[in-house]
Amino acid sequence: MSRSDQPQDASGVSRRGFLKGVGAGALAAGAVAPAAAALGAKAGPQAAAAGTVFGPAPVAVALNVNGKVRQLRLEPRVTLLDALRNHLDLTGAKKVCDRATCGACTVLLDGKAVYACTVLAVEANGRAIETVEGLAETHGGAAPIQKCFVANDAQQCGFCTPGFVMACESFKRANPGATREQALDGLGGNLCRCGTYHGVAQAVVDALAGKGGN
Amino acid sequence: MSSSHGSGKPPADRADPLQHARSPNRTFGPQPPGEQFEVIGKRLRKVDGAGKATGEALYTDDLALPGMLHGKTLRSPHPHARIKRIDTTKAEALAGVFGVVTGAEMPARFGVIPWTPDETALCIDKVRFIGDPVAAVAAVDEETATRALDLIEVDYEQLPALFDPAEALARKDVLVHEGNKHGNITKEVLLEFGDPDGALAKSDFVVEDDYFFHGTAHAPIETHVALARYGSDGVLTLWSATQIPHYVHRELAKVLDLPAPQIRVIQPCLGGAFGGKSDPFSLEFCAAKLAMKTRRPVKFLYTREEEFYAHRGRHPMAMRFKTGLSKDGRITAVDSKILIDGGAYSSFGLVTTYYSGQLLTGPHQIPNYRFHSTRVFTNKPPCGPKRGHGSVQPRFALEVQLDRLAEKAGLDPIEVRRRNFQGAYTTTVNGQRVTSNGFDQCLDVVEKASGWKERRGKLGRGRGLGVAGSMYISGTNYCIYPNDMPQAGIQIKVDRSGLVTVFSGASDIGQGSNSVAAYIVAEELGMRVEDVRVVAADSDLCPVDLGAYSSRITFMVGNAAVHAARKLRKQVQAAVAQEWGIEPERVVLAGGFAFDKDDRGKAITSAKAFQITEAVLETLGSTGSYNTPNLGGDYRGGTIGASPAYSFTACVAEVEVDEETGIVTVPHVWTAHDCGRALAPVLVEGQIEGSAYMGFGEVFLEHHDVNRYGLHARPNLLDYTIPTSVDCPEFHASYVESLDPEGPYGAKEAGEGPLHPTIPAIANAIHDACGIWLTKLPFTPAKVVAALQARDAARAAGGGANGTANGRAH
Repeated sequence: MSRSDQPQDASGVSRRGFLKGVGAGALAAGAVAPAAAALGAKAGPQAAAAGTVFGPAPVAVALNVNGKVRQLRLEPRVTLLDALRNHLDLTGAKKVCDRATCGACTVLLDGKAVYACTVLAVEANGRAIETVEGLAETHGGAAPIQKCFVANDAQQCGFCTPGFVMACESFKRANPGATREQALDGLGGNLCRCGTYHGVAQAVVDALAGKGGN
Repeated sequence: MSSSHGSGKPPADRADPLQHARSPNRTFGPQPPGEQFEVIGKRLRKVDGAGKATGEALYTDDLALPGMLHGKTLRSPHPHARIKRIDTTKAEALAGVFGVVTGAEMPARFGVIPWTPDETALCIDKVRFIGDPVAAVAAVDEETATRALDLIEVDYEQLPALFDPAEALARKDVLVHEGNKHGNITKEVLLEFGDPDGALAKSDFVVEDDYFFHGTAHAPIETHVALARYGSDGVLTLWSATQIPHYVHRELAKVLDLPAPQIRVIQPCLGGAFGGKSDPFSLEFCAAKLAMKTRRPVKFLYTREEEFYAHRGRHPMAMRFKTGLSKDGRITAVDSKILIDGGAYSSFGLVTTYYSGQLLTGPHQIPNYRFHSTRVFTNKPPCGPKRGHGSVQPRFALEVQLDRLAEKAGLDPIEVRRRNFQGAYTTTVNGQRVTSNGFDQCLDVVEKASGWKERRGKLGRGRGLGVAGSMYISGTNYCIYPNDMPQAGIQIKVDRSGLVTVFSGASDIGQGSNSVAAYIVAEELGMRVEDVRVVAADSDLCPVDLGAYSSRITFMVGNAAVHAARKLRKQVQAAVAQEWGIEPERVVLAGGFAFDKDDRGKAITSAKAFQITEAVLETLGSTGSYNTPNLGGDYRGGTIGASPAYSFTACVAEVEVDEETGIVTVPHVWTAHDCGRALAPVLVEGQIEGSAYMGFGEVFLEHHDVNRYGLHARPNLLDYTIPTSVDCPEFHASYVESLDPEGPYGAKEAGEGPLHPTIPAIANAIHDACGIWLTKLPFTPAKVVAALQARDAARAAGGGANGTANGRAH
């Protein structure tokens, strides 16, 4: 099955397609006007007018992480991944390639899976961010997909796992009737070096079938 | 631990009457400790699965300490150059920079193999590849550290660089390491067993041709990372993503000139290694040195690009193989000549050179054998051990050649392997002791699972099936630095709450060694697995284990765990028996209880049993260890590759070749692996799948190489393509349990062996599909098309369908 046959869904991020999309946006947002739209009305007066240049000094950013708004002052170049790991002590998402190729930093932004290493924190201003920690927290310790990961031995070293869990969660929400083959195809945006893809796909199928509770 | 540091000699007063670890061989056989297995062999989940799935698990880069600085490494832009001058004053003056270190401050040479210490923490006089570390900085944040690197002035005098191993072998005027006795040769091994020339001359069929195995990288998802703290008590603590904390400990003491007891090495949760974290690395020394200089904690995290330059990946090998077969399908002799591209430093190269020949003598009976392997230095990132260290490359050559001979003899490739099966409890031609051996059963499994008999030859145009076999070690009795102490140790602490803590030196790198330790102790003490906690890989807390390499942990640490727990088991049985006034044999420990075998209503919890034991004995604890028996051939190098037990694998791959585009797809890979007793079947299957996955990637997608300037051709995960879920075949993993007499409950390794046959099975399947022999990896579409064109040209010329076509040189 070729990549073009992949189900069209929120998380169907192919590595290369994703790079084209988000990478370009991130570059633009780093310096000038488009960031104004990203920052939105809540970001303070400096964001109001189109054409405003942000930075290099820190700007106010309000990150809505796992349902709680966190106020930060960050240089506009700071990625969402660095903001989560270095400023909010959320170390689930991992820094691996820092170039949108591996998916170990995957979080959900307004419900869609994104590579947090290639989204600027200012771009995420005011938008709903879900991390692997939040997913566990809102399900009383572990979400069904997380329980299904454990049950299917879908992690060995576990370093790609937090990102994979979030990509699976996004895929699952967008593809409630997905088969194992569709899951394997739809999860091509995340890399695992231990070779656990089949366990991961089975975890998705099991979670969709109601295993793992909740 | 400290007493062993720096000394290769046993203490002078060792002629003591104490029982020596090597004799008698301390193993307990394949039987369960009680009536039946309660934990071992059950489909349990890993003990650390939940923490990993919820993001809770803490890896080295997740750790942060107050006042922590960020380290960065300045790397050589030249493949080969003399360092004329380094000036760090401007970097040191930059606001936010706390310390800079250069090679002159850490002049001691190190190397994971004590005979070849040719590395320094940072280069001093010379750089030997693009990316060789030259200086390091600790600053308030990563950006400041990076800026400081630009302010370090280095004057280089460029030298001619060697990228081609054949050129490196020939050149005497350009030396990667001056003072090396044999030019650019790092190691040369020529060993001959029997009469290979005579046997080949008398063989009915002989095939001689060239094979090339390219360089590949481990590409663990977690890059190298180290965090160091130097306390006011003079204790240096290093948290590092390493799979060899013990060797790191030893080399830190040497390079930093610190007494070993003042150093603590901790390996936190680790994000993949595959052999790539089994050397001491520059960042570990630099983090430690800068922490000592600045008196602040310092963390280094390699970028993905740095990871590719630090490397230690699979050695490229150019291999000439000559193999003979008799009419009845028996191998008569194997003769190989291998040129190994070592890159800039020795690393494990001494062992690699031996392994390229020593590990090829099973599961097929080879009566006459010679290998001549030469490893040379080149100005490229250094190579080292990658999953299936040293033997994946020649295994590819031998197994393809076996298929070529089978074709000449008109025999089925599986049948040829059956006829040459060496059997169990035998000695190989190079003197390696083989114990249990289920290779024949592995062949049966993959033959049946793949539908070999019914489907082979009937799949239609461009589709085919191929087979291959292999063997691998379960650890080795070559313990890297000579000593008579155990290779693996376990300590157990029993708490009256009913909790048992297992202190294990082993490095869990994702393979599940902590889970296996917990399962074994739970089995022995009749406990629930959740009441056993494992603390691992912390040099202050845990006994020494040599590391997660050579597939040694299940076998060696497993045996140490059985040893430690069996002692406790007997104590608990005796104490409870005394309390109940019965014979100890009647006390059964199982499932979290102790009960009377003859009166099963009489039961107490494990916690109560421990309390009874503690009351009559003392504070409860136990130690256990394992050392290998003396093994190996009686010749120089005969112990390298000698293992207490060998695992065996058979693999069948199915391929589809698109003859127009040269694109090969692999819908299925069936792997059957003889791992002895599968202590944890889910983990074993995961290791088999992961091995097949990694081998598959090496065949088609991955290539670690440098361009003509010595610059890495693809140092990122977009260009160095590792397989995604979209690329992967369906992996069918099976295991065969040929119970080993010395493994823990009969277990052998499962982590590396299953990789080997994947690659030649795919090559042989491609031949079955379209009649071409691909002998030079990786199998790119261009090579496939070139080989198909050569096939068609040969057919048109009337040369038959099976002319060799090796494709374009890469």
